[in-house]
Amino acid sequence: MTPLLSLRDVVVEFPAVGGLKALLTPPEKRRVRALDGVSLEVTAGETLAIVGESGSGKTTLARAINGLVPLAGGQVTFDGTPLHESPDWHAIRRRVAMMFQDPVGSLSPRKTVRDLVLEPFAIHGLPLKDRQAKAVQLLEDAGLGPDFLNRYPHQLSGGQARRVGVARALALTPTLVLADEPTAGLDVSVQGEILNLMNRIKADHGLTTLIITHNLNILRHIADRIAVMYLGRIVEVGPVERLLTAPAHPYTRALMAANPEPDPTARRERIVLKGETPALNARPPGCEFHPRCPVARPDCATRIPRLEPATTGGQVACHYPLTQEPAPA
Amino acid sequence: MTAALQIDDLTVHYATREGALQALRDVSITVPEGKIVGVVGESGCGKSTLINALLQLLPENATLPAGRITLEGEDVTHASTRRLRQMRGQEMSVIFQDPMTSLNPVLSIGRQMRDIQYRQPGNRTEKDRRSANMLGRVGIPDPVGKLSAYPHELSGGMRQRVAIAMAALMRPRVLIADEPTTALDATLEVQIIELLKEIQREIGCAILFISHHLGVIAELCDRVVVMYAGVAVEEGPVEDVFLRPGHPYTIKLIECDPGRLKVRVADLPSIPGSLPDLTDPPAGCIFQDRCERATEICATPPPRAPQRPGHWAACHHSGPEGS
Repeated sequence: MTPLLSLRDVVVEFPAVGGLKALLTPPEKRRVRALDGVSLEVTAGETLAIVGESGSGKTTLARAINGLVPLAGGQVTFDGTPLHESPDWHAIRRRVAMMFQDPVGSLSPRKTVRDLVLEPFAIHGLPLKDRQAKAVQLLEDAGLGPDFLNRYPHQLSGGQARRVGVARALALTPTLVLADEPTAGLDVSVQGEILNLMNRIKADHGLTTLIITHNLNILRHIADRIAVMYLGRIVEVGPVERLLTAPAHPYTRALMAANPEPDPTARRERIVLKGETPALNARPPGCEFHPRCPVARPDCATRIPRLEPATTGGQVACHYPLTQEPAPA
Repeated sequence: MTAALQIDDLTVHYATREGALQALRDVSITVPEGKIVGVVGESGCGKSTLINALLQLLPENATLPAGRITLEGEDVTHASTRRLRQMRGQEMSVIFQDPMTSLNPVLSIGRQMRDIQYRQPGNRTEKDRRSANMLGRVGIPDPVGKLSAYPHELSGGMRQRVAIAMAALMRPRVLIADEPTTALDATLEVQIIELLKEIQREIGCAILFISHHLGVIAELCDRVVVMYAGVAVEEGPVEDVFLRPGHPYTIKLIECDPGRLKVRVADLPSIPGSLPDLTDPPAGCIFQDRCERATEICATPPPRAPQRPGHWAACHHSGPEGS
């Protein structure tokens, strides 16, 4: 079965220095690689969660798929259409919807909720027979009553603004939804509602979703598979339960263990990673994780690991993947 | 024994066009010497107002109709401006959420750390030595060299370490931490929690730790106060409150955290409804509109129902099943 979306060796670069200063900088230092050879496949109907810390390239990945940043290399194919060779973005974006990170900030403060949810139709020049009925129905699908139609974004709570964002993303019945941090800035008591809504809509419409998140607690409940990113590369991909319970990459394991749990009896000795994520322009040679890795060996500093099938399922980019269950937590 | 920080019946109102917004109502919190007390609550519960009240840095439209804050027995609420300036930074200091905005971008780290010691004896060299010593203790490599660095040259985690070093530099009796790990990644978050524990052991200060993150509170604190819409609804030892919550809001809040669900569920829990209008809060229990247990009696002020020793919940129907 061909995947709905596939990425092969995708590279995205950003200029690191601009203007005259660029002339004085050696060519290889003028640009930084935000994504460095990312390969990924998303099957129709699945939910893939991209996790990683700030600067790991999660958002850049979503933006590269939607053509919001140009590719410096590699190929992206969506439903048989190659997106790396000057595609018709206008047509693509009718089928690939984006939910942006900041729920209130991604809504124009000068438009009413009615205008906001109908905006996609105007942008794509689609006539609507009954604007009012459509707006009411879109809001209802997102769990908001018709009394919200005339409100402005500043009159909405974070959860309500997020629901408007969901309604906008689904307005044109897309095939693929890219959701960038759908729970960012929401309180725990509201976050459940939004995730339930996304799960329900996904089931109703048979949507394929790519969810970007750093909220590890929600992964089990929303995702089928997880891809872990570190410094612009994917270090591990696999089924959600396997990655949560028996991660093969040392970074995945440290990341999952770093998550403080709301259970005071679970205070435990964990692997606290030393140091921080290096800057993109100071990428360590060999495996980019080796300076912080608790199980690194000398050759990790020289050989770059490729993403290869892991014995426990999925793929992992590590020379010495963890095989057995992690030490008792 | 006097508590390091004692807050009694603190009430804060903001004057708005819609009337007085009651941001805090009768909040009492005790932070004993050398203990870490957590305050947990969602947006709008009054966490920021509480911090500003402690530092006496409330905006101009705020009034304090009732309440008293004492720091080691000394009244903060009626202290002179001059005395307050002595207290801030020396006797109580704050670690803010975002280290990028709490550090001055145009002054070097060393200069900013020297400035904090303006009341201390000693010349520039001695002050710099003290600063570097503290930077080293919070785990900053090359502390002497970092004195001449500017905030933008440091990463997020390092900046937060600098902020902690600055807060701990004068060995305050009370350290107020305002969501100090929220702006950081998960692997850095645990580093900072470990560091706070170490600093607390070393200088023996009390910490008031404010966060919306239940996991971080469970990990770090001895006691916890749960706040909702400007009211403290429950208080007790961390183990008690998290394992045997008494207030329906606390029970719901803990249920909502997807981190404690170890199997996949199709329907994640949430708390329906929204915060009450704080310019016209309901009479009686603040949580009644969203509470499943609410009955007529909830329109009267709830008692502080004792749960276990040192653990109470402000509720008419508190306890695991309600009563």
